[in-house]
Amino acid sequence: MIEIGLSHYMVLSAVLFSIGLYGVLSRRNAVGVLMSVELLLNSVNIALIAIGRYVGGAGATGQVFALFVITVAAAEASVALALLIAIYRDRGAVDVESATALQG
Amino acid sequence: MDLLALRELLPELILIATGLVVILVDLVTNDKRVLPIVSAVGVLLSIVFTVTGLSALLRSPFVVEVYSVPGAVSADALAYMFRLLLSASTLAVIGASSDYVQRRLIGARGEFYALLLFAAAAMMILTAATELITAYVALETSGIALYALSGFLRDRRSSEAGIKFLVLGGVSSAFLLYGMVILFGLTGTTSYAGIAPALHAAFRENALPISLAVVLIVAGFGFKLAAFPFQMWVPDVYEGAPTPVTMFLSVVSKAAGFGVALRIFHLALGAPPVALEWTYIFAALAALTMTLGNLAALRQHNIKRLMGYSSVAQAGYLMAALAVPNDTGTAAVTFFLISYAVTNLAAFAAIIALTEGLASEAISDLAGAAQRSPFLAFCFTIALLSLTGIPPTAGFFAKLTVFGVAVNQGLLWLVLVGVVNSVISAYYYMAIVKAMYVGSAKDERTIPAGLALTTVLVCTTALTVLLGIAPDAVVSAASTAAAWLP
Repeated sequence: MIEIGLSHYMVLSAVLFSIGLYGVLSRRNAVGVLMSVELLLNSVNIALIAIGRYVGGAGATGQVFALFVITVAAAEASVALALLIAIYRDRGAVDVESATALQG
Repeated sequence: MDLLALRELLPELILIATGLVVILVDLVTNDKRVLPIVSAVGVLLSIVFTVTGLSALLRSPFVVEVYSVPGAVSADALAYMFRLLLSASTLAVIGASSDYVQRRLIGARGEFYALLLFAAAAMMILTAATELITAYVALETSGIALYALSGFLRDRRSSEAGIKFLVLGGVSSAFLLYGMVILFGLTGTTSYAGIAPALHAAFRENALPISLAVVLIVAGFGFKLAAFPFQMWVPDVYEGAPTPVTMFLSVVSKAAGFGVALRIFHLALGAPPVALEWTYIFAALAALTMTLGNLAALRQHNIKRLMGYSSVAQAGYLMAALAVPNDTGTAAVTFFLISYAVTNLAAFAAIIALTEGLASEAISDLAGAAQRSPFLAFCFTIALLSLTGIPPTAGFFAKLTVFGVAVNQGLLWLVLVGVVNSVISAYYYMAIVKAMYVGSAKDERTIPAGLALTTVLVCTTALTVLLGIAPDAVVSAASTAAAWLP
């Protein structure tokens, strides 16, 4: 039986972060890009809570930090969706490849 | 927690309260012209408290006692100096934008000023933060307000600027956050002062994760400071956002980014073995950033987009001073930011008047602007001379200070790159001057400029010249303040 420790959580967090980064770079639908950004933040949350649990002397700092990250992610998502609605009304699509009004 | 400690956050609390008052006033009044006045009064009140605090701190010869919100926000002279820079710049942005907002942002004027004030308050907390959680939350609070502001016109270009800014800003924050979390995991603390000695002790056995954290934090800040290779959002957002928001981004947001970078890099990551890693990265990025910014600016036709690349180039000069991890570097960054702020505020006040008056953002359409509005063109020319770095303007002294500390640090090659870049930048800055003075106007009428905008333009232009002729007082204040950062 393998003991699950800090390093396992850190690897999980790093893998999730990489998946999120791949999603940001490869998704064509802007909603998909935003979901990938959420994945990035949640991978950080896993690392934070694991550190809070396993690293001595940190107290509840890791957990509190994670709560702040969740709050910030929620606020960011609401602004993002508002912007997407504005874009959808203008173009009828939220495809990132159609975002070509600003170039040069 | 001691409630009295909150009085150290009074300048920020006043701004937040003013933002809420502006929203309420917007609901009950039909005359929206009162909104910028309410906002300006709030910011002025905040400035009064900041100046009182700063002058007391600068008079005391030693770091006697720093009151602060325990473990979260510092109240040292450098924090007050940045607060003053940020709130005074916000006041200038409010003054220069009042006519633009009245005409272009119908139905959302109260929210515009409120978001501007919230962003400014968050940035003031950001530059004074002494630990990672406060810094992260303040950074994101200002960021989210700025994403919304960038998309405020709700047309095609503005919404696109908003969403591009949000996605890239979100990803960069995630990088920064991941770096912060690794630091937290290695040291068990989020306070800058606690991280530095813990990293110093752990450097031998944990060199790899520390390097990873440094690289992630540099990448995260690279986006915020508009450094190469993370500068791609800058021209798009500067072009698409409403012009007053571009003004705010290029001055206030940039100052806040460098303010927090100073604390994190010079304080938390400032201990010798760790500092060696990022100083070389920053020196290299500084050279690449200024070169790319200046070369890309050469082929721009849109004035806002050109100012975007100009802002990237100026970030390069600033990073050259950031790469000097001692108090001379901190003082040089602070002085450069102050002169850059007055210069760019003057430039953008002129740009708002010109682009609105001419209904065009193309540089070629500036032809004959000097005949129509000689004073506007004159002030804009002074600002452009200062951005190039020609005496007797603030920009000249700022560049001299930055290059001076870089040479003392042994970065002579970087200074040579910087000087060559200044020559390149003269070409596109002077092309704007040429466009304004050579060529005749199709229309003879004076370009309209409101009273508030003209006041901002006169004050910032005067300060630009004043800082170029007599910079001593500000230079010594900056070095006194920088000495407070251990």
